[in-house]
Amino acid sequence: MCTKCGCSTGSTAQQQASGAAVAHHDAHPHHEHPHHHHEADERRVLEVHQSLLAKNEHQAWHNRERFQQKKIRVFNVLSSPGAGKTALLERTLADLGGTQRIGVIVGDLATDNDARRLRRPGVQVVQVSTGTVCHLEAAMVARACEQLDLNALDLLFIENVGNLVCPAAYDLGEEQRVVLLSVTEGEDKPLKYPTIFHNADVVLISKSDLASAVEFARATALANIHRMAPRARILEVSARTGAGLTAWYDLLTPRAVHV
Amino acid sequence: MHEVSLLESALELARAEATRQGARRIHRLTLRIGAMAGVVPEALSFAFEVVTQGTLAEGATLEVIDVPLQCVCELCAHAFSPPVYPCECPRCGHPRARVAQGRELELASLEVS
Repeated sequence: MCTKCGCSTGSTAQQQASGAAVAHHDAHPHHEHPHHHHEADERRVLEVHQSLLAKNEHQAWHNRERFQQKKIRVFNVLSSPGAGKTALLERTLADLGGTQRIGVIVGDLATDNDARRLRRPGVQVVQVSTGTVCHLEAAMVARACEQLDLNALDLLFIENVGNLVCPAAYDLGEEQRVVLLSVTEGEDKPLKYPTIFHNADVVLISKSDLASAVEFARATALANIHRMAPRARILEVSARTGAGLTAWYDLLTPRAVHV
Repeated sequence: MHEVSLLESALELARAEATRQGARRIHRLTLRIGAMAGVVPEALSFAFEVVTQGTLAEGATLEVIDVPLQCVCELCAHAFSPPVYPCECPRCGHPRARVAQGRELELASLEVS
């Protein structure tokens, strides 16, 4: 247990952690271990029992603490490629940009096309190019935050890499996880990708204006989402027509008044 | 494919522990992987060889212990093990359960010399 910040990371991750955000761990006393002498070939088993995600969870804990201190509501937005994350955020920025101070961190394997789509006066946008990495990690978000003025933000959206598998394991320090399922993807996506839907706080059924054109089986989709994510709020939205967006905005800014 | 990232974390933990315990070589890494951890064991084995190359774990064996999903019903406290989500109680039909295990991504132990 890290006595400084209360997080549950073991000493290994602390000693390996680098960067300013976790520099305080350098102050921890180093534990002395007695060294036994072994024969060169003597094999022995070391019990470790440490999470492979310990380092990420540690950083996520610090991100979350920082966001809470600054009173920023942070949403990790996840979906498969093409489900409409960027279109939803474009519309959200256009509708709420006048009353809310909004930032967006955009994760993509390559290109800054999405960041360019989202960039507009009064909105802080940071592009994170992950290269070959298929998900965002808490440390990438911490680095992106260095390019943001956190004192001038009410809402922060983290548009994750389009992928329904890998990002599920990585806590970024968000307040809520939002998973999009577009009507064009098919009703059984929640059954095919159980982990990401199980961990969702909010599931948005996007592109609802296309539902009848693609013969979207709404009742089946809702039942599948309910089964996989019994705790999640489910909203049906269309970034094109604006249908259902009031409920989405209420969720983002419960106390704010918007048109 | 985030198996490479995960194995790099595993190796980082392993090297730190091995060094701390005065070991010079790692012969085996044992991971515990939950059924719902979102990891493909075959992809882990594939990535393992690449990630360990040129390290003190080069040539080591990767052992994966599968941890089955286990849920405990929030309503009637019945413990059950569905193969995958959802965790619907087979006894009372309640849709919400606590996940007791099945999300593990853990470096359990090392064999070193």
